[in-house]
Amino acid sequence: MAYWEPERECMAREDLEQLQLERLQSTLYRVGTHVPFYKKRFDQLKFNYDDIRTLDDLRRLPFTEKQDLRDNYPYGLFAVPLRDVVRVHSSSGTSGQATVVGYTRNDIKIWSNLVARVITAAGVTKNDVIQIAFGYGLFTGGFGLHYGAELIGASVIPISAGNTKRQIQIMQDFKTTALVCTPSYALVMADAMMEMGINPNGLSLRFGLFGGEPWSEAMRQEIHQKLGIIATDNYGLSEVMGPGVSGECQECNGLHINEDHFLLEILDPVTLEPVPEGEIGELVITTLTKEAFPMVRYRTRDLTRFIAEPCPCGRTLKRMQRVMGRTDDMLIIKGVNVFPVQIEKVLFEVEGTEPHYQIVVERENHADKITVLVEVVESIFFDEMKKQRQVIERIKSRLASELGVGVDVKLVEEKTLERSEGKAKRVIDKRKL
Amino acid sequence: MLKIRNLDAGYGKLRVLKNISLHVKGGEIVTMIGANGAGKTTLLHTIIGLIKPTRGEIRFLDHANGRTSVGRIVASGCALVPEGRQVFAPMSVEENLLLGGYVLQKEQGRAAVLKELEHQYELFPILRERRRQLAGTLSGGEQQMLAMGRALMSKPKLVMMDEPSTGLAPLIVRDIFLIIRRLREEGNTVLLIEQNAKAALGVADRGYVLEVGKVILQGPAADLLANSDVQRAYLGREKIG
Repeated sequence: MAYWEPERECMAREDLEQLQLERLQSTLYRVGTHVPFYKKRFDQLKFNYDDIRTLDDLRRLPFTEKQDLRDNYPYGLFAVPLRDVVRVHSSSGTSGQATVVGYTRNDIKIWSNLVARVITAAGVTKNDVIQIAFGYGLFTGGFGLHYGAELIGASVIPISAGNTKRQIQIMQDFKTTALVCTPSYALVMADAMMEMGINPNGLSLRFGLFGGEPWSEAMRQEIHQKLGIIATDNYGLSEVMGPGVSGECQECNGLHINEDHFLLEILDPVTLEPVPEGEIGELVITTLTKEAFPMVRYRTRDLTRFIAEPCPCGRTLKRMQRVMGRTDDMLIIKGVNVFPVQIEKVLFEVEGTEPHYQIVVERENHADKITVLVEVVESIFFDEMKKQRQVIERIKSRLASELGVGVDVKLVEEKTLERSEGKAKRVIDKRKL
Repeated sequence: MLKIRNLDAGYGKLRVLKNISLHVKGGEIVTMIGANGAGKTTLLHTIIGLIKPTRGEIRFLDHANGRTSVGRIVASGCALVPEGRQVFAPMSVEENLLLGGYVLQKEQGRAAVLKELEHQYELFPILRERRRQLAGTLSGGEQQMLAMGRALMSKPKLVMMDEPSTGLAPLIVRDIFLIIRRLREEGNTVLLIEQNAKAALGVADRGYVLEVGKVILQGPAADLLANSDVQRAYLGREKIG
């Protein structure tokens, strides 16, 4: 089992917490003195730096939202003068005004190092040929992975995104062993290979490092089957750095968080209080070492949960589950937070169901009611009523224990639910509030 | 080895250290840099027990230091090389060193002290040459070496040095830092306080930047050397633009 920085990745919890506290204290002091946005907020709160005595004291501070980044476009949240900034990245701005982030020389060095950890954990070494099919440019994905891959000494092919045929040609000719892209693009490539008559098993490809969008366990298995590679997930967002915030090891069971550089909280998206350990909530991130663009309690809107159990790989860095969706997807049913991804997880475990489902929410006599429509394989759909009822009961009881509220389940025939290009419409909320 | 959390300390009503957290691991050289009056010396004096903290926690080898006497803290393996050398001028070099071995003698006897004395003479050959000379007649650099040797005589687990380069000629400063590097090679742990940020960060593994009683930056020494704020404030790099 290879580590990039064993002394950090396998650190004792007590030492890690000391380091986090030291870094948190100096980060807050720096943002409060260098960034007018934070200074104003801290002053309004009459916040005293000395009140930060434990990591939990961070909760006294307000959140930073995407809108704050937009309001301070372009350079308002930078904590260093521009002459110290050596790189600028920007988010696309498809959902509103663009946002800008900056990096000092040290930021780039740390970023490369953290990505190197993630790449190493995924199994890639300097002997690998790594094809980076993330977009290069203002998006952080391409450059982020690129610098980390170079740092570990892998042979980097900076092919960038798009032109699938050429990707496959190069993969074949250059004997690519590791592929970096979004998981959905990996499947596009797999399908294109079929069309081109190329057998993926004949390629040198061994590893796939995927990120940039939420994906499911079912997709992982599909990628694994079609391309025959170890598919790992990695997570990051430009607002706090880019890729390298967390990444999966070869156990493929949750992403190790680079906790010595980021402090992560998981909060109930409604009450904004911490969820009980291990439960799903919104990820909130505070940077601990960023110089140019520190972030205090950034609301990512991404849903995940912490995995407290130690990982067999030996890393002591806590894991988070792969991002399971966005807070916008959350439903509140009878006062209980329900995430579509929880339902997906249960359906995935029940035999005979297809990964296609729809959640219908209604309000009857002032009470919320959920019905889950599930596609089942033909054999079950045309089976006797008794068997169908058994499947329904099994799904119902599993869902009730997972969600904490009762739901109705209806089985539907294969391919009856609407398919959509891109993001599937899973939830139909008919409530009029 | 040393772990400090949320430390406040000062003189009377004057609060000098404000919510300081830092740590030193075994075998590391950690430096604390900062301007005059930032609180560097106060920090060392609080760790060694000369000043009682008003708040916070100091743990040295898992003992709580905060309320313990200086004697106990030194006996537990923490030694201070004070600023301005503070050698005993009317005593000979060897007498100064033997005084530093006081704790060692009580614990392990005379033979251990003589062995350690020999070790210091190997580390600082000039002190062997001057062993009979009165400490007050030594040059500044020699006095600094004597102060370091005296602290090391107790075979400390952590050596804290308060501005060892102050008032010394550049060539001597280089020698002093070479010796600090050698101390680490011999497995010592050092907490070094310096105004000479460039030299200190050059020799250290990690560093903290102290400004008016607060840690404003911390990290690997190489990263701090590359940090523009540190360069402008402490390394004398000219402001551009």
